[in-house]
Order: sequence, then C-alpha cells, then structure tokens
Amino acid sequence: MQARGSVFRYGDNIDTDVIIPARYLNTSNHKELAMHCMEDIDQSFVKKVQDGDIIVADKNFGCGSSREHAPIAIKESGISCVIARTYARIFYRNALNIGLPILECEEACDGIKAGDVVSVDFSTGVITNETSGKSFQSEPFPPFMQALIQAGGLAPYIAAKGAKA
Amino acid sequence: MGMTMTQKILAHHAKLDSVRVGQLIMADLDMVLGNDITAPVAINEFPKFGQSTVFDKDKVALVPDHFSPNKDIKAAEQCKSLRTFAGKHAITNYFDVGQMGIEHALLPEKGLVCAGDLVIGADSHTCTYGALGAFSTGVGSTDMACGMATGQAWFKVPSAIKLNLSGKFRPYVSGKDLILHIIGMIGVDGALYQSMEFSGEGVASLTIDDRFTVANMAIEAGAKNGIFPVDSVALEYLAEHCPRKPVIYEADADAEYDRVIDIDLSAIKSTIAFPHLPSNTRTIDEVGEIKIDQVVIGSCTNGHISDLREAAAILKGRKVAPWARCLIFPATQKIWKQAMNEGLFDIFVDSGCAVSTPTCGPCLGGHMGVLAEGERAVSTTNRNFVGRMGHVKSEVYLASPAVAAASAIKGYIADPASVQEVQ
Repeated sequence: MQARGSVFRYGDNIDTDVIIPARYLNTSNHKELAMHCMEDIDQSFVKKVQDGDIIVADKNFGCGSSREHAPIAIKESGISCVIARTYARIFYRNALNIGLPILECEEACDGIKAGDVVSVDFSTGVITNETSGKSFQSEPFPPFMQALIQAGGLAPYIAAKGAKA
Repeated sequence: MGMTMTQKILAHHAKLDSVRVGQLIMADLDMVLGNDITAPVAINEFPKFGQSTVFDKDKVALVPDHFSPNKDIKAAEQCKSLRTFAGKHAITNYFDVGQMGIEHALLPEKGLVCAGDLVIGADSHTCTYGALGAFSTGVGSTDMACGMATGQAWFKVPSAIKLNLSGKFRPYVSGKDLILHIIGMIGVDGALYQSMEFSGEGVASLTIDDRFTVANMAIEAGAKNGIFPVDSVALEYLAEHCPRKPVIYEADADAEYDRVIDIDLSAIKSTIAFPHLPSNTRTIDEVGEIKIDQVVIGSCTNGHISDLREAAAILKGRKVAPWARCLIFPATQKIWKQAMNEGLFDIFVDSGCAVSTPTCGPCLGGHMGVLAEGERAVSTTNRNFVGRMGHVKSEVYLASPAVAAASAIKGYIADPASVQEVQ
C-alpha cells in the first residue's frame, strides 16, 4: 500500500475548526464537506489539491473538536496521507477509523517543504522526499491497521471480518 | 506499581485487575453520547457494524443541541435523523427541544452519569463528567456507532499529570480562570494523550460547577480526560441527581505521574485567553485596552446556575455598553427555569442582555450570535480558534462569567473588581 503526491505544508495546532469550519457541519455529505476543506487557513487548498496529494504539518494536528467531518473532508478532497510531528488524540483515532492513513515522523516534518513530491510505503513506514532525494523512517502500521485502512475504515473492516467468520 | 484514578476505572471496565500505561484494552461502556452534528454520521455508520439494535436503549443518549432549535433546513434534517433513530431504537435518553439542554450540563443533571462510570461521547467536551469522578472522553462518530452497536470501545491506557491544588480562590476568580491558567502554562498539547488528575486540599473549595468547567476544558490541553476525586461536594451533587450508587476510585499512593504541578488557587488571577488559542493567556492586569462587540455567557463550559448568578451579580443595576451585545445561554431547561425564578432574567433584560433557550449555537459559530468581519467577542465558551464564532477575521477572547459580565458593561475587556468599585 502506497501513497504519492505533492505536499501541502502547514504548521502547529491545525485545529478542526480550520480543517472544516462548523458553519458547514449542517451536512454529513462527504463531497460537500470536501468543498470547504482547510478553507479558514488556506483558501487555495480546494482549488489546488489533486488526488494523491499529501498534507505535512507540525505539532498537534487536528486539535479541537471530535468532528469526524475533519478527516472525512481531508480524505474526500483527495489527500492520500497526512504526516505530522504529533496528532490530537481524537483526530488520530477518527482518521484511522475512516481509513485515512496518518503518520507521525519528526524527521520527515523537518525535511519536507510545500510542493515537494513525497511517496509513502505504508508496509515499511518509509517516507521518501522525491524532490530532495531524502528518505525518512516512520513507525510502520501493523498488518491489522493496514488491512483496516485498505478496507476503508473500522466499519467495513469489522463487517468484512464478520462475513469471513 | 500503583494505578491512577483513571487507570482503575479503565481496568474495572475491562474486567482486569490492573492495567499499565500504553496497554490496549477493550472496555464496557456505561453511556454512549452523540449530538446533532456527530450522531448523524454515526447513524449512517451504525448498520455497517452488523447489529440491528443498540446494545442497551438506556445507555445511549442523543441530544440535538448544536444547531438546534433547527437553524436551517439542513440542520433540521440532521436533527430529524436523530429523532427517527431514537424512535426506531426506543432510545430512553433522547432529549428534544423543550427537554433539551447542552449535552454536558444535561447528562449530569438528568442523573445519567455516576462516579466510577465509563462514558464516551462523540463530542470533544465529553471529558466534563470527570468532575463527578467518572472516566469520560470524546471520540468520533465511528467510535460512537461501534459503541452503540457493541457497548464497548478500545482504549490505550493513558499516563497522567497530577495537578495538586492548595488554597482558595480570591473574589471574582473561578474554575474558568483555573483551567485557562493551566492551559496557558502547559499549552494546547501539554497533556496530549494523558489524564489530568486533580488532587490536593484545594479541591474541597471548588464548587461542583467549578469542577465541571475545569474538567470540560481538559481537552483544550489535549488531555484524554480530566478527573476529580469523589468528595462530599461530588457526593452531594450525585445524591441529588443520580439514582445509582457512586463507585469511588482513588489513586494509589504509589501511582506514577509523568508530571506533578502544584497550584495555589489564591495566587490565580482572572485569566483571559486571547485569539487564537486557549493557551494564549494573559491575566486581567496584562490585558490592555481591548474594545469588544459581543459578550456570550453560557455554554457547556459556563452555562451553569452559579455562572449565571455570578454574571447577574455584576450586571445588576448596570447597562451593557451601547456598542456591545450581551447574549445569555443557560445550559439546560432546569437552569433556565431556576434563573428565571431567582429573578436573574429581570437583571439580564434590564441590563440590555438577550436571554436564549439552551443551545451550543454561538460557541461554534453556528447560529444565535455569529460574528462579522473584524468583530471581537468575550466569551465564556471553550475555544477561540480562527473563525470559531464566525468570520475568519473575527476574534474570540475566552474568559470567566465575571470577566464577561464586567466586559459587557464597560465595552472593553474589564476586571470585575473595577466594575464593582464604581458602585
């Protein structure tokens, strides 16, 4: 399982209110949410983002609300992976639960700039900055988490396991 | 090795004798909560877990409080999805407009949370119930759906920060100032993945409403939960509200903490969080001249009866500054009625404040007090992120009810003591 795309680079404490402002939470439609992703911190995000692109941020990404709409908006916008120094705990759980792969890696955050092309191998945890040629090692997902992400999240993963049993 | 209070509650609910930091456990849930923003997503996910009914119709709470009373057609559809689901599954604890209050004030008031409980809620401020000695934490909608289907959730056992309180608050200082002081000290990720465990002789002087406010904002320091010991203050509240017998857990004497922070309550001053982070705090003497357009008093953080009394005591016989608007949001119907019967509404309305039915509306820029470009609000709510209460170029200053009321009168961020002196 891999991701590859160009990078949107953000700083510390990117909160759920700027990822998806509450004024758009009167719907749970994924496409509508994605139309407003990152709107209050980066109005150009929605215009520029392409399938496969990657968000790289610093400390405490996703702090604030428990709204699952935040990782949903990011995933639906086409983002294939988020890399940050640390995550707020509810966001961390929510992202994996909906099948959005997110990685913690200090070195990658030091060595990746906006616009760099980055690829990620989820089975090895290796993050490669193709623009600079440097690679970084993050903690790889255990097999069950890779399977969960590949299934599209916790619910389809559990449903698929139930069907097999 | 000893366990913290949080670790003991988690161990008990996982049917384990003990747990250690970092351990992954599957635990039984005493209550699963959702609101009109998060529950519709959970309701969509629910069928995917393969269960036709909820695990226990008495242990699910659905509270349409965010964009309710319905602010627009889309919000109305979301609230309708809760109503339909609650009806289909015969959910006991569904509270529609008329019974509805802001969820984190409502659940304790309805006796739905007891000391020793394990509660998850698809709302980040679910950590409020730590005031009653429960473990409670915010989760997302998928976890809520899984909780409704199975009655269980998985947790990673957290380490803890101990906040050792001594002394007593000075006049006009309350729980809000304490928690803003702590967040200012440790930062918005200062307790990331950790429990905040409050202890020390200073706890006894905190009212139950102070404790609700403090536990409510543990999430603003990134904490998994905030929790208070179950003392006579908590037991008195529980005896009045909750029919169940409290289960009291105490931290072991040899429990390990990542960090111990000593706080003298008598040294805390009125504290204000400036835009755009709850950790960006200044004490009232460092504020300078900040002209404001709106004041919001209420929310799950500060919409309790004692908060309204405190605001009313300052507003009594005075007028809101001509350029400012002051909005009051009692957190529940019961608090609303109590405030009315105590004559607080006369004080508010005579001062030029507007009194609303309970709703989360303005706190998250939803409705009932959205800010325009360039406007500034002093608010007793819990977040001041960019665009939180409206326009991306508006500003929110978080403060106690006393500071908010004083600021409404002056039209600038003001020290409640300065207002009282004028009398």
